[in-house]
Amino acid sequence: MATTNTTPLAKALSTRPRQRGLLRNITPASRFYWVRVLLANPMAVASGLTLLVIITAAAAAPLLTSHDPTFLNPGIRLQGLSGEHWLGTDGNGSDVFARIIYGARVSLLVGLSVMLFAAAAGALLGLISGYYQRFDTPIMRVMDGLMSFPSILLAIAIMASLGPSTTNVIIALTVVYIPSIARLVRGMTLVTKQQAYVESARAIGVRDHVILRRYIFANTLSPLIVQCTFVVAFAIISEASLSFLGAGVPPGTPTWGNMLREGQRFMQISWWLAVFPGSALFMLVLALNLFGDGLRDALDPRMRTR
Amino acid sequence: MLTYILRRLILLVPVIAIVGTIVFVLIHLTPGDPAAVMLGQDATAEQIERLRDGLGLNDPLYLQYLNWFAGAVRLDFGDSIFLGQPVTEALLARAQPTLLLTLYALTIQVLIGVPAGVIASVKHNSLLDRILMVLSISGAAIPSFFLGIMLILFFAVRLNWLPSGGFVSVFDNPIEHFKRMILPAFALGFTSAGLLARLVRSSMLDVLQEDYIRTARAKGLPQRVMVIRHALRNALIPAITVIGYSLGGLLGGAVVTETVFTIPGMGRLVVQSVARRDFPVIQGAILLIAAFYVLVNLLVDVLYVYIDPRVRYGND
Repeated sequence: MATTNTTPLAKALSTRPRQRGLLRNITPASRFYWVRVLLANPMAVASGLTLLVIITAAAAAPLLTSHDPTFLNPGIRLQGLSGEHWLGTDGNGSDVFARIIYGARVSLLVGLSVMLFAAAAGALLGLISGYYQRFDTPIMRVMDGLMSFPSILLAIAIMASLGPSTTNVIIALTVVYIPSIARLVRGMTLVTKQQAYVESARAIGVRDHVILRRYIFANTLSPLIVQCTFVVAFAIISEASLSFLGAGVPPGTPTWGNMLREGQRFMQISWWLAVFPGSALFMLVLALNLFGDGLRDALDPRMRTR
Repeated sequence: MLTYILRRLILLVPVIAIVGTIVFVLIHLTPGDPAAVMLGQDATAEQIERLRDGLGLNDPLYLQYLNWFAGAVRLDFGDSIFLGQPVTEALLARAQPTLLLTLYALTIQVLIGVPAGVIASVKHNSLLDRILMVLSISGAAIPSFFLGIMLILFFAVRLNWLPSGGFVSVFDNPIEHFKRMILPAFALGFTSAGLLARLVRSSMLDVLQEDYIRTARAKGLPQRVMVIRHALRNALIPAITVIGYSLGGLLGGAVVTETVFTIPGMGRLVVQSVARRDFPVIQGAILLIAAFYVLVNLLVDVLYVYIDPRVRYGND
């Protein structure tokens, strides 16, 4: 992996001339080898492109539709699909297509923020807990405690205390997903710190924070990145669930969860209100999961699925 | 075995204590005065002060913590602000739908997930294997509440085959009960079935490469006997852990599913209580469900050791 490239042995190995015969097919470890593996996987490429399309659509929302997602026009409420309103209108006469692409912004914002914050906090806690014996028990017991709640229930309880808002959804879901990342990084740290190169680094007097950063954290990076794609997917589903339950993003904001909530209310007469935002949610989560699988196969060959 | 169970039970104490502390901290993070919330808008400052005294809210924090904990251990979470009845009573009255829904969803998860995983592994790399895996990956990506809405749209609104929700006790009318539970149970169970199918498949693939499977095949055992008696029994060991842990996810998912199908269970009560800012109910429910979840996980671990005694020696 990336870090071993810096050791003299690895350098010697990677500059070694190409072998013939039996070793012919073994390519030298390259820093970006995983990119090639990823690009050779059609599922990963397809899901990556889907993600790119969704992100672009969310970013370029005003260019894709001339409708204001929060514009209320009761005169045209609950209209079916038409040339003017591609995916119909909702109970307030707002354009469903516009609400879906603006809703993608909220989903992506929540998903990515939760992932970043949870990864940062979880990795730090995991590193400390795995490296320093005396912090291990207190940190991990609190993580166990947090993991004792079904995740959506903990999120609901936190949201009940904080009150509905997008920021609070991010805070609540970050708390919910920190433990899984802390556990993962701690496990990797416990294994890595036993390795000879970490011991030798300590023996020659490399300082703790350097060891943690350059020798241990660098090695947990691959599984961490893979886990992160799944955290994004979980966080997006959880945000939609919270909003659907009325405990997430406040009702006026266009989010997929809010749209599904309304969709269920008008289910008897307007099927499109639930079907389209739900399908968008399904596609985004599916693309994230498939991309995560592809990343895992590329970054961590030992975990490769058959 | 007995010492193992005892040790695990003792280890449960700190976990429960931490779970309780987390809930206590959550309540105290809540902005606003619970006494003011309980009395409504027209209450005078004096009335609020008297209620604060009565509720012990003017005590020092550590005393409140101890009192609260003493109550929680006896399953006494106080009275619901909205319902005017003790929280424990309100929760227990709504336990049946939630527990049954979780149980049915678990059954559906196993009934779909295990056969799908076994078939995919036996037909490894065939078209059927591909189709099953695409289905299971898609299944894991459908949020259960969206699947629930789709099922209602199709089976209740369009075809009018099944009711769109509600609950009838299994003791009152079993047929109506199952007619109402089948859609929510499927919506909830299908999502986790995908995950289980993938796990069963990969652990079957591992087992099918073992020497004793080759021996079984070599001595001419029929495929069916070999797969079920020899391979599946061993492949199911890791699956049991996943099934057990997925119970927590199913319990959490039940909260959302109950709202979709208007089932009067604990989950729906929690969601309604969030809107009513009925905090005693929220904390009581999440503590009760967390305690149940922790106990189930313990049960799963014990079961695991019972099935696979090698684990006991590997444990610290």
